[in-house]
Amino acid sequence: MSGRDLPSFDNDSRAVHQPLPHDSAHKHVTGEAVYTDDIPEPRNLLHAYVRLSDVAHARITRMDVSASRRAPGVAAVMTAADLPASNDVGPVFAGDQVFADDTINYWGQALFAVAAESPDAAWEAASLAEVDYQELEPVLTIDQALETESMVLASRTLDRGDPDAALTAASHRLDGEFAIGGQDHFYLEGQVAMAVPQEDGDMLVYSSTQHPSEVQHLVAGVLGIADHGVVVETRRMGGGFGGKETQPAHIAAVAAVLAQRTGRPVKLRLDRDDDMVMTGKRHDFKVRYDVGFDDDGRIQGVDFMLASRCGISADLSGAVNDRAMYHADNAYYLPNVRIVSHRCYTNTVSNTAFRGFGGPQGMMAIEYVMDEIARHLGLDAHEVRRRNLYGTDDRNETPYGQVVEDNILPQLYDELDASSDYAARRRAVDAFNREGGTLRKGLAVTPVKFGISFTTTHLNQAGALVLVYTDGSIQLNHGGTEMGQGLYVKVAQIVAEEFGVDLERVRITATTTGKVPNTSATAASSGSDLNGAAAQNAARTIKARLTRFVHEHWNVPEDSVHFRDGQVLADDLTLCSFPELCKQAHLARIQLSEAGFYATPKIHVDKDTLKGRPFYYFAYGIACAEVLVDSLTGEYRVLRTDILHDCGRSLNPAVDMGQVEGGFVQGMGWLTTEELSWTDKGRLTTHAPSTYKIPAASDMPVDFRVRLLESGYNQEKAVRRSKAVGEPPLMLAMCVYHALKDAVNSVAPPRTRVRLDAPATPERVLLAMEAARRLHTGAAAAEALEEVDE
Amino acid sequence: MNVSLTVNGKAVSAEVEPRTLLVEFLRDELGLTGTHVGCDTGQCGACTVHLDGRAVKACSVLVGQADGAEVLTIEGLAGEDGSLHPMQAAFHEQHGLQCGFCTPGMVMAAIDLVRSYPGASDTTIRAQLEGNLCRCTGYENIVRAVRTGAANMEAQ
Repeated sequence: MSGRDLPSFDNDSRAVHQPLPHDSAHKHVTGEAVYTDDIPEPRNLLHAYVRLSDVAHARITRMDVSASRRAPGVAAVMTAADLPASNDVGPVFAGDQVFADDTINYWGQALFAVAAESPDAAWEAASLAEVDYQELEPVLTIDQALETESMVLASRTLDRGDPDAALTAASHRLDGEFAIGGQDHFYLEGQVAMAVPQEDGDMLVYSSTQHPSEVQHLVAGVLGIADHGVVVETRRMGGGFGGKETQPAHIAAVAAVLAQRTGRPVKLRLDRDDDMVMTGKRHDFKVRYDVGFDDDGRIQGVDFMLASRCGISADLSGAVNDRAMYHADNAYYLPNVRIVSHRCYTNTVSNTAFRGFGGPQGMMAIEYVMDEIARHLGLDAHEVRRRNLYGTDDRNETPYGQVVEDNILPQLYDELDASSDYAARRRAVDAFNREGGTLRKGLAVTPVKFGISFTTTHLNQAGALVLVYTDGSIQLNHGGTEMGQGLYVKVAQIVAEEFGVDLERVRITATTTGKVPNTSATAASSGSDLNGAAAQNAARTIKARLTRFVHEHWNVPEDSVHFRDGQVLADDLTLCSFPELCKQAHLARIQLSEAGFYATPKIHVDKDTLKGRPFYYFAYGIACAEVLVDSLTGEYRVLRTDILHDCGRSLNPAVDMGQVEGGFVQGMGWLTTEELSWTDKGRLTTHAPSTYKIPAASDMPVDFRVRLLESGYNQEKAVRRSKAVGEPPLMLAMCVYHALKDAVNSVAPPRTRVRLDAPATPERVLLAMEAARRLHTGAAAAEALEEVDE
Repeated sequence: MNVSLTVNGKAVSAEVEPRTLLVEFLRDELGLTGTHVGCDTGQCGACTVHLDGRAVKACSVLVGQADGAEVLTIEGLAGEDGSLHPMQAAFHEQHGLQCGFCTPGMVMAAIDLVRSYPGASDTTIRAQLEGNLCRCTGYENIVRAVRTGAANMEAQ
């Protein structure tokens, strides 16, 4: 079916571990798959439009919406003053207002909303309102925030050993700083919600969200009703990537409160430009480092400052920055380490979850340092990285105290070195660059070790509802949402395998708060680990009841009973079909439904010190990239990429392969072409694909070789020994950035360093190359480096 | 204004505002919601349909411009018996999709690509798909799907 060379993870299973197509694939290729904006519109539907601020920080001195109210086709206009209850949709802490009350805190903040008979009428009416401001001085950048100590949450420190003494004692010491840009999610389907009033003041909300339970809770708060009055349903999203974890609550709340006011259904679909201006993105970071190391490049001590731009509210920034701290080691043993994390308040949109959730930025910090150490010592960065890897028996404790028990990095290095032919290609790249031509090459290998579990321990729980009908068909519900990652098919595969039936017997239904309550977001790569295990637990409970019934009805030992190929067997003896068993069990009054639950074991964290075991296990991968750069323009191509990624015993190798390839390319976009740009007044200038460049098909590596680790096996008892795969592959793309840095350094004198901020756009690569060339001329290296730093 | 056009083989006639976009007409008037709106500005390709046999972005075409023309959308590709077009089948079997939002536009663009560049190399496929963005797959399976679909179309 797959047409690809995929490893086999289990030859005995029929459904699970098999490379089956996405459950909606047949509907996607025919256009039948229904997204929120495709749901047949109710007859009396109204369309909403949100008017956004066009100033970053100001006091509202006058807001007159009377002209909007009088405009043709308008059913309602709502401002902060018109809200019936809460004006806040903050997920963890308050601070995210539905509509600005008296102060505007970022450019693009919602001022008020209009519901009208058509989207055009709503937009026209919204433009008629008059808003006067008194401008205030905004804080826009990380540097400004650090200078004024403008923080959205308290700074935190994670340390181990004595970094100051280690830095003093080390034979080599380097310090520096660099910046890492943010990233817009650019889910192809923008934010959208439709709210439909129900009896008794209840509200049904169709929302494109990764977190239906949170949308339910926050919408209820804004409407001033109990959670039980709101049902949120999500059949599928057209991509999420973290951008639909907290952000959809605002969209849904605007639609719902207008629906409540008018008594009519209301839909709010943001157009692309408004979506990009109005919703949070990946945090951009400023990193400072001070590192001490020996002659071989082994780190003795390192002191990091990680500062991120959080925007105007806490949102998820606490957990994002915690995860950045937890990944500032990536794959390396740091004997003496201090990581200080500043969570900067700025008058910009509140940054939020994005695939990797701070992990990528933390990893970039240490990978950058690895590269700097190698440049300084004149070593191959590949060798420096290998020398610093976590050990298997010693040198295996993370800065937060969790021991790396399942380290397969040395094996991944060996396999990738061989399959990518690294050593020979290193020599070839160096020889190519020694010729000194206009074109330069770069080559780099970077590993990934990514912690799996929400670092907020209580979120690591999930529920499922499995309903078996008397005809033997099964309906499957769980708290996870489908955003294209293949969660629905994976969980269905697990359930089908438990009952020994074809996947076609399992009907996957839309995620709804009415079936499984109090769910966590489908996030942190945890979707199939948590929901798959919850559904498996439900299926196993039903199966145990059926097995006991078989034992009593046919008088066979319970341990001889099994379910396979749609049949019920006692050892090799076929007793009846699965549907026949379900019918018989129902007549014998056996319960055929079950609500399953799962909570991840072993994990715990001390909230003050950040120490403990935040992660159930680690997911690993490794990647090698070779780039070709035009040193006169900074333009480049990725010539080849080799990836080896560990999915444990993959639940679905075809789906996982897609996650690895897609994650890598998305990460490549983050580190190469996706540049967010703001004016000095705080206006985002890159708010459409015309100015914000996500990878296109033509940007793929020319030669793209991706393999799943055939021997993958989760040492922890995650569902069917699989490993989470949503986020980890994104960080494989660090090799592309470091290959570009390698190419830049090829024009610099030996043992010098050149600053390169991310994303490494062609413009930045060109400027860095020009700075590298200047290092050859007269000025002392240190001075020149300082110049480059600016 | 009045427009008359053929959509997926059926004659359609309607009174529309002159500024109505083809994509609005398809989705809102005809209920053909398989054509998606991704960026609203003609760049992402999610709304790609065929206008007189050539791929166009339906968010950048007024329905008035399609007056008298033949429009084919993703819903009109499969045979009457439900059999998939070779390109649809290829995207299905090669896992050329994840969230599926770009898929209809991608399939429509790919069919035009194959007609314009018979026997296209991977390099040509990648270059010609530049106008259709996918945020999920990393394109590898999409390129495979187009290659497979092209072979199947040419074999027909």
